Amino acid sequence: MADAKVIPFDDDRSRGNGASGTGSGENGGSAAPRPSRRRGGAARRKGATGAAGAAPAGEVQPLPVRGGAAREDDGTAPHGPSGTASGRPAGDDGVPGDDGAAGGDGGLERRIAGGLAFLRRRLTGNYEIDDFGYDAELTDQVLMSMLRPLYENYFRVEVKGVENIPAEGGALIVANHSGTLPLDGLMMQVAVHDHHPADRHLRLLAADLVFVLPVVNELARKLGHTLACAEDAERLLAQGELVGVMPEGFKGIGKPFGERYKLQRFGRGGFVSTALRQGAPIIPCSIVGAEEIYPMIGNSKTLARLLGFPYFPLTPTFPWLGPLGAVPLPTKWTIQFGEPIRTDGYAPEAAEDPVLMFNLTDQVREQIQHTLYKLLVQRRSVFF
Amino acid sequence: MGKVVLVTGVARPLGGRFVRRVQRDPDVERVVGVDAVVPEHHLGGADFVQADIRQSAIGRVLAETRADTVVHLDVTGTPLGSGSRTSVKETNVIGTMQLLGACQKSPTVRRLVVKSSTNVYGSAPRDPAVCTETTAPKSLPSGGFAKDAVEVEGYVRGFARRRPDVSVTVLRFANILGPAADTPLASYFGLPVLPTVFGYDPRLQFVHEDDVIEVLRLSSHEPRRSTLNSGTFNIAGDGVLLLSQCSRRLGRPTVPLLLPAVTWAGSLVRTLGMTDFSPEQIRLLTHGRVVDTTQMRETLGFRPTYTTAGAFTDFARASGAGLLPPEALAGAVDRIAELSRRGSGHLPTQSAN
Repeated sequence: MADAKVIPFDDDRSRGNGASGTGSGENGGSAAPRPSRRRGGAARRKGATGAAGAAPAGEVQPLPVRGGAAREDDGTAPHGPSGTASGRPAGDDGVPGDDGAAGGDGGLERRIAGGLAFLRRRLTGNYEIDDFGYDAELTDQVLMSMLRPLYENYFRVEVKGVENIPAEGGALIVANHSGTLPLDGLMMQVAVHDHHPADRHLRLLAADLVFVLPVVNELARKLGHTLACAEDAERLLAQGELVGVMPEGFKGIGKPFGERYKLQRFGRGGFVSTALRQGAPIIPCSIVGAEEIYPMIGNSKTLARLLGFPYFPLTPTFPWLGPLGAVPLPTKWTIQFGEPIRTDGYAPEAAEDPVLMFNLTDQVREQIQHTLYKLLVQRRSVFF
Repeated sequence: MGKVVLVTGVARPLGGRFVRRVQRDPDVERVVGVDAVVPEHHLGGADFVQADIRQSAIGRVLAETRADTVVHLDVTGTPLGSGSRTSVKETNVIGTMQLLGACQKSPTVRRLVVKSSTNVYGSAPRDPAVCTETTAPKSLPSGGFAKDAVEVEGYVRGFARRRPDVSVTVLRFANILGPAADTPLASYFGLPVLPTVFGYDPRLQFVHEDDVIEVLRLSSHEPRRSTLNSGTFNIAGDGVLLLSQCSRRLGRPTVPLLLPAVTWAGSLVRTLGMTDFSPEQIRLLTHGRVVDTTQMRETLGFRPTYTTAGAFTDFARASGAGLLPPEALAGAVDRIAELSRRGSGHLPTQSAN
C-alpha cells in the first residue's frame, strides 16, 4: 500500500522486494549489498538493548557519535534521575550493563540521590527558565526521555550529517514537514539533542495553533519551542541558539498521502531574510519516514472548520478505530542534515532584496527535495 | 533655582514613597503631591494639594506651583478604598486628559513622566514571545485597566507631538510586586489557593517597588551622561517565572480550572465585588507576557537591583507562609533521601525495587 507510484518509489520497491527475497531477518545474511547501513542498524540495536560499549560501532560511518553520546549519557546520567523520578524503568534508555556492573550500587545510589535532588528542585520551584519559557532541566531529564523510546525503538531514527550543525553560534535548520501530526519536529529535536557532540538544543518554531491549545502550549514552551514569527526567530538566532523551522507549515503537514515527499511552497521565504539579517547559516534537513506515519487519504473540511483546525485527517484507521487509529505506523525514519548554506557573505541590505530571497529559498528547497529523493532511493522499505 | 516636582496619585503607597524619596534629591527644591483624597501616610514634608485631576482645578495648581516636572502616577488598575471601576477609569483617562491639557498651557513644564503598564501589549497566544517597545499588540485590550493604559499612552503621544519642547517619558512597568504592593496580581497571590487555567503555564515578569521608585526618580531628573530618558521604556526585572514556579515558591496549591470556568468564576467574583479579577487578568494568567528590557538598560541606563525572581522572593517573604511551604516539601524530600541512603547501605538490592 505504502509503496505506490511516486517516482522514487519504483526503485525503492524493487530493492525492498529483493531484500525480502534474500533474507527475512533484517540482521541476517543480506548485509552484503549495503554493508554500512546494515552495520548501522545492528549497532543501533545493540545500543538500545544495553551494550553501550559496542565495539563494532567504531567503524560505523553513519552514526559516528552514537557510541560516544550513549557513553556520556551513562556517565553523567542526565536522564537517569528522570527514570527514577517519572517511574520509568531506567533500563530502556540504554543504561548499560557494564556501568551497572562496574559502579554497582554506588551508581544506583547516585541516581536515586540525583532523582531526589531533582524532585526537590521541582517541588520548591527552584529552577530556571529562559524568556521563552524553555525549561532546560525538565526537557533534558523528563521530556526527552519520554520521547526517546518513540525515537529509538518505534521509528528507529537514523541520523546523518549531524556534523553539518555548527558547534556554536546561531544556525537555522530548515526541514520538510509531514505526517499529519508534527512528530517530525519532535524527532528532529531528539536527534540534535542526542547526537550533536556539543550538546546543542534545537529551538523549534511552531505554528500559532500550538500556542492556542491547552496542555500542548505548555509543553511546547517548556520544550523550548516558540511562535514562528520573525521577532522570535531573530531573537533566538541573536542569542546564538540553534533554531529549527519547517516553512511548509500546514501545507506540508496536512497534505494528502498521494503527494508525499513533494515539497510544498516555502511560505514567503521569511526564514531566509531572518537568517540573512542575523548572518546565520541555513542548514537544510530532510526527514524521510514521517510521511507514512498517518497516511492521510481524506480531509474532512467540515469537521476541521468546526474544531478550528486547518485540516481534519482521515486515514485508513482514523477516526474509524477511535483512539487506536491515532497510533502512528511504525515506519523507519532517516533524518539527514545537509551542507550549511552560508549567509554571512551578503551585505546587510540583502535581506530586503526579494529576488535574492526567492533565489535562496529555492536553493534551500531544491536541496531538501533532492536529498529526499536520494534518501528514498536508498530506502529499502517503508518499515525497515 | 531648584526644581519643582508635581506628583499625582500620592494617596497610594507607591506615590507616597516616591514623594518621600524624591525630596531628598539635592536639586529638588519643592515637591507638590496631588490627589483627590488625603493620604493616610505622611509625605515627608512635601506640600499636599487636595485636587481631583478629573477637574480643571489641576490647571490652577500647576500654574500656582510653577512646576517644571510632572510625574503622573495616577494611572492604576485598582480603586483606592471604596472606589468603583468607573471612577478608576475616569481618573485614568479623564484625569490624564485634564493633566495633559494643563501641562500644555503651562510655560514652566519641562518634563513629564507617566506611569504606564506592560498591559498595553495585551496577552495573546499569537504575540511574539518577547515584546519590545515597538511591538504592536495582536489584539488590542478590550477593556479594563489595559485599555485605560492604551488610551493614556495615546493622549501622552498626542501631547508629546504638540509640545516637542517637553521631554516625555512613558514607563511601562511589568507587574509591580513588593512587600507593600497593592496591584491586582499581588492580591491574586494572596489567595490561599490559586485558581489557574488548566493546560496553561504563563510566563510572568515582575518589577520590585524599590526599582519602580528608583527608575521614576531617574527619569524625573536630567538624563545622566550618555543616556536618554525621554521615550517609552519597558521596566521589568531580569528573568522570567512561570506561574507554577510562583505558586510553588509561595507554597500555595493551585486549582487548575478549565478556561470557560475561570472566565465564569471571574465574572462572578467581579459581580460580588470581591476583587478586580478582570478579563485582562485572566488573559495574563493564561498566556503570560514577557517584555524586552534592552532599551531600559542601554538607553535609559537603568539596572534594576531586583531580578524577577528576587522581587518575587521579597514579596513571598512578606506575604506569609502558604498551605504547602516549600521548606516543608524540601524537608520531606530530604528525609526520603536520608532514608534511602540508610536503606541502600544495608540492602542495596532492595532499594532498587
